[in-house]
Amino acid sequence: MINSKQTPARLARWLVPRAVALAAALSLTSAAAIPAAEPIKIGVIGEESSVAGASITKAAQMAADDINAHGGVNGRQVEIIAYDDHSSSSDAVRAFQRAVTEDKVSAVIASYISEVALAIEPWSARMHMPFITPGAASTDISKHVHDDYAQYKYTFHGWLTSAFIAQSICDFEHDTIVKDLHAKTTVVMSEDAAWTTPLDAQYLECLPKAGLKVLDHIRFNPDTTDFTPIFNKIEGEHPDVITTGISHVGVQPTVQWHDQRVPIAMAGQSSQATTSTFWKDTNGDAEGIITASAAAPGVAITPGTIPFTDAYVKRFGSSPAYDGYTTYDDVHIIADAIKRAGSTDPDKMVTELEKTDYVGTVGKVQFYGQGDQYTHALKYGPGLVTGVDIQWQNGKQVTIWPRDKANGKITFPAAIKSPH
Amino acid sequence: MTALQILIDGFAISALYALAAVGFTLIFGVSGVLNLSHGGIMLVAALIGWWAAGDLGLGVYGGTLVGILAGLLTAYLTYFVVVRPIQRSRKIPREETEIFVLTGTLLWGIMIQVGMAALFSDNPVTMRPLIRGVVDIFGVRTPKNELMIAVVCWVVIGLLWLLINRTRVGKSMLAASINPRGLTLLGFDLSRIYFLVWSIYGTLAGIAGVLLASFLGVGTANAGQLTASAFSIVVLGGLGSVSGSLLAAFVVGYLETITAYLLNPTLRPIPALLLLVLVIYLRPQGLLGRR
Repeated sequence: MINSKQTPARLARWLVPRAVALAAALSLTSAAAIPAAEPIKIGVIGEESSVAGASITKAAQMAADDINAHGGVNGRQVEIIAYDDHSSSSDAVRAFQRAVTEDKVSAVIASYISEVALAIEPWSARMHMPFITPGAASTDISKHVHDDYAQYKYTFHGWLTSAFIAQSICDFEHDTIVKDLHAKTTVVMSEDAAWTTPLDAQYLECLPKAGLKVLDHIRFNPDTTDFTPIFNKIEGEHPDVITTGISHVGVQPTVQWHDQRVPIAMAGQSSQATTSTFWKDTNGDAEGIITASAAAPGVAITPGTIPFTDAYVKRFGSSPAYDGYTTYDDVHIIADAIKRAGSTDPDKMVTELEKTDYVGTVGKVQFYGQGDQYTHALKYGPGLVTGVDIQWQNGKQVTIWPRDKANGKITFPAAIKSPH
Repeated sequence: MTALQILIDGFAISALYALAAVGFTLIFGVSGVLNLSHGGIMLVAALIGWWAAGDLGLGVYGGTLVGILAGLLTAYLTYFVVVRPIQRSRKIPREETEIFVLTGTLLWGIMIQVGMAALFSDNPVTMRPLIRGVVDIFGVRTPKNELMIAVVCWVVIGLLWLLINRTRVGKSMLAASINPRGLTLLGFDLSRIYFLVWSIYGTLAGIAGVLLASFLGVGTANAGQLTASAFSIVVLGGLGSVSGSLLAAFVVGYLETITAYLLNPTLRPIPALLLLVLVIYLRPQGLLGRR
């Protein structure tokens, strides 16, 4: 007969020696793994189970392979060390610490989630580790650099801040939905998250300037699964277009929007709709959905865009999410900075990263300076990076803005009554 | 207008909740198992169904069947790999079996969730609706699929009622929930009854998973929430009471819908949880529970 009180003690007797042996084995392997000739190591922290997060590590590996095929950096190979943070800030911080202290990386590229990037940022400051986020959007990331430059200067924001994303969407809506389709009103519909707070603030400021009166501003919990009440409320307000700010959700509101025949178009930022699997995930209910993105298949934003997209599709079977493009650029930007600095000294790297003037896959990449409002954020504007607006049409992402990059025209399925 | 909208939407979601919770309460009633991998099993049905319908090219009906089958197989796996070994283990003290089953199924559910996320990514997916199109009910534009889901749920629940109350095996299941020892003394094989009840449970969870995928869409992140909602419905209705679960499913479904429409969609789950706390204080056996 087993006494229940003995169980923990027996468990401990069983567990402790095994745990010690395992720890010893692990420490031995990591000691043995340090190579003699050192490549330049870049830590890449992604979210492997989400489509956007998995693009980060894949694109980073492609960039490293390309750089190494062209002789590496100052004769040294680039090695990507990938980590998965499971969309968790604490996992990401642990991965970051491990990258710096154990794996001795020279720079870190991490995450598309603002909460995660914001959790890593102070560690980048404390450990003097150059860090670029290729996909997070919160304006707080660059605000911290601006407010305490000496501390936070190691952080760079490799994707447009929420404020610029909103501005880009306002510019798009002004050029097409207002000018061509004569829309006059909108409702802002955003998930409640760190990246949408500045996004919505900018929406509320720039949408009226773009010619759209904001009838309502709805923020909802990212855990929401039933969007019927939200669409119901919006429909009752009769806007001409719904302006979205969604990333954690996407498939569900899109499918319900379609199934309930909500007669109002959706445009804005719908990050899940930037991925090529979105059509399949929604069974084609994505028809007519418009979203901002970094780049789109088949559109040559720069000479580098299409070759990268094609190579990515060939290697991984689906096209990169928006942060796949930026990650690919960021690895090159870090490699170039190390090349110019002639070393991996973090302060020298920061100085060189600030001088970045690189034509990548998403446009011409430069970072704002110490005196600018968004220090170390990606510069936004024509001739730099503007992003594109794509619309799902017959299973394909068609680029509809900016005009000079567009390969199709905006069009809506019959169920959409507004805008005309 | 809004009232009618609440009535219709609340009815569909409540019916789906009821279907998902009935199986959950049944295995508790008959075999004393609280299966915390419930959401995981629904998830498998939804994702495999979606995958079979699209990638395997089986279409929506084929996908639905494969999804339900996947739910059933996962339920069997849960029973034979996790639950039964724990119940039969001589190393686990009798009085702690339930805690071990609870922990075992919880961990199993997490394993399913992480495994599915690795296979299918954490993007939510949606099954193509069995019927497309909308119908106008006194000015409320309602997807036909939503109505059909409510009907299917009630038909399945009705069949379950017939099975339990009108057939010999059903009655032996009922007897097992009241007095398992008496039943063994009468010469019934309990393990066969348990197998049967897990079969019913797996089928119900499979149907609920596939229907949910075609109604609201399902992603791996939803697994915990699905378990929690079934669990709170079952506690609210009274653990093991099938009719209590049906009643509680409608209370929770309508409370959530009313909150979402009249207060704020963000507050949706809160009033139902408050009610649950109240019930635990004032009537711990649940609305219709006996123990």
